[in-house]
Amino acid sequence: MTSIVDTPADAARPAVPSGLVTVARAPGWVRYALLAVGLAVALWLPNGLYAAVAVDILCWALFAVAVDLLLGFTGLMSFGHAAFWGTSAYVTGLVAIHAGLPFPVAVLAGALAAAVLAVPIGYLAVKRTGIYFAMVTLAFAQMVYYVANEWRSVTRGENGLQGVPRELFGLDLTDDYYFYYAILPIVLLGLAAAWRIVQSPFGRVLVGIRDNPARARALGYPVHRYKLTAFVLSGFIAGLGGGLFAVGHRFVSLDVLHWTTSGKAVIVVVLGGIGTLWGGVLGAGVVVLLEDWLSFSGFEAIGLVTGGIFVLVVLLFRRGIWGSAAALALRRMAARRR
Amino acid sequence: MTGFLQNTFNGLVSGAFYALLALGLAVIFGMLRVVNFAHGAFYMLGAFGAYVLLTEAGVPFWAALVIMPVGLGLLGMALERAFIHRLTRLDPLYNFLLTFGLTLILQDLVKLRYGVQSSPYATPSALSGTVDFGIFDFPAYRVFILGFALAVCVGVWWVLTRTRIGMVVRAATERPELTRAFGIDVGRWVTPVFGFGIGLAGLAGVLAAPMRAVNPLMGADLIIVVFAVVVIGGLGSIFGSVAAGFGIGLVQAWGEAYLSAFPIVSQTIVFIVMAVVLLWRPAGLFGREEAPA
Repeated sequence: MTSIVDTPADAARPAVPSGLVTVARAPGWVRYALLAVGLAVALWLPNGLYAAVAVDILCWALFAVAVDLLLGFTGLMSFGHAAFWGTSAYVTGLVAIHAGLPFPVAVLAGALAAAVLAVPIGYLAVKRTGIYFAMVTLAFAQMVYYVANEWRSVTRGENGLQGVPRELFGLDLTDDYYFYYAILPIVLLGLAAAWRIVQSPFGRVLVGIRDNPARARALGYPVHRYKLTAFVLSGFIAGLGGGLFAVGHRFVSLDVLHWTTSGKAVIVVVLGGIGTLWGGVLGAGVVVLLEDWLSFSGFEAIGLVTGGIFVLVVLLFRRGIWGSAAALALRRMAARRR
Repeated sequence: MTGFLQNTFNGLVSGAFYALLALGLAVIFGMLRVVNFAHGAFYMLGAFGAYVLLTEAGVPFWAALVIMPVGLGLLGMALERAFIHRLTRLDPLYNFLLTFGLTLILQDLVKLRYGVQSSPYATPSALSGTVDFGIFDFPAYRVFILGFALAVCVGVWWVLTRTRIGMVVRAATERPELTRAFGIDVGRWVTPVFGFGIGLAGLAGVLAAPMRAVNPLMGADLIIVVFAVVVIGGLGSIFGSVAAGFGIGLVQAWGEAYLSAFPIVSQTIVFIVMAVVLLWRPAGLFGREEAPA
């Protein structure tokens, strides 16, 4: 079973390393410069965009990085991550509404609930690989959707949870501009955690499993347990994003659990670049901005555009934004050295 | 007892739809290693096409039952040539994503033109009555669906096991390299088989039109249940997919009838069955074990 990162078509070209290796190979000053630019953009963002859109980008960035942790670094395509994003959104909303706790506590509770849910789903899903893994996660996410739909006394069914408060020690966060800066540290922590996981020895084993599961098993690594751990960590990070999304919109609807949400997360990752981690952040920015622009211009059939992007990216742009840029930069550097 | 028989019959009828869809998925997967996400969208197009043919051109049900599967089969072949073909050498996940994108496009195109409300489709007059089974009456149209779907499944089984084309397809499914080495042009059969699978989805859609509400999203949630069905049956096994289709139809109907006090359970029973099968036989009830990973 080859991973989705190393496709035969790509293998024929000069080795295009995954994000992990790209970062390792780029000179130190490039990495620090990119980090500085990224942080500067993150700090500036709500000044250049509608703050509500900027908040959405942050949430989706966490979601995309969570999906890439599995897709790009473990070789497992989860097509059901809306289950974790949405479960956390509901739990966060319920905790915030009923307990009146500061919103970061509610989000943490939501993300923990998502991680707990990821244990049984992951345990069953990692028994299969490849396309079956995608179908199994998709099916279990649909099961969570049906449960939320039926459990109306808690989830309010079609009406959704309304009036999720943005409580933080009495600070006034009703303005999205200030709310953005309130959640930015949480999002950066989540992204840093994902980066740390990928860089850790644990992350290296995941990449090893992705590239050659049989060898990883022969070396004595408990492959299923590693995959399950990655799945739960990914569920937690997706849950962070979903919880913040709920507080950001002050509203939770069944849409957060729908399979189109899962699919959107995957395409955000593919558009940004599978296995690049930060590509997902870029992809989130592009997709959220595009959807905002489309709904602003009154275009009804958003699915037509997102579906079209899906088809085009998969056919023509499989390396994604970050992957293409990294390949280009590396080729430039190699040419100069020669 | 009468109630139980009626539930069983209803389960078999909804199982017939699962079986037809799962059969198409399994045939396509066998030949192309593609899991076609757009299968539900083609089911919807079958139903919608029948509805549009009737209301805008006066084409009756029986003609639609032929026109739509053939037309959609041709559309499927065109799509296979235009898109899917380009990705079959890559990881199957790419074609899964591609067909997911096609699903969104097809759904929204129909939504844009016809809106999201459901449209009724009259049962063909020859099948509008009921059939008397002695202890209970059953709508004639449902009896027809069950018989027709069974006939189609048996027909496909016959083609696959008793004809030269079927032998080529089965050989290409199980050992593509070896089949090529025997001088058989496997590539020739890829596009027709894809079109055939899509045609089956369209057929299921036309059959569903008089029984279920025709709307642009009718295939959207259904396809996920069908995915669960093929995971349960084992996607590599054509017989397994059909058997699991009918089986899940039965389990769902019984669940709805006897577990109606627990709507959460009866709504999600398919996925509970899938979880049990994954624990007990990860490769599916009739599937073969994959290479360990």
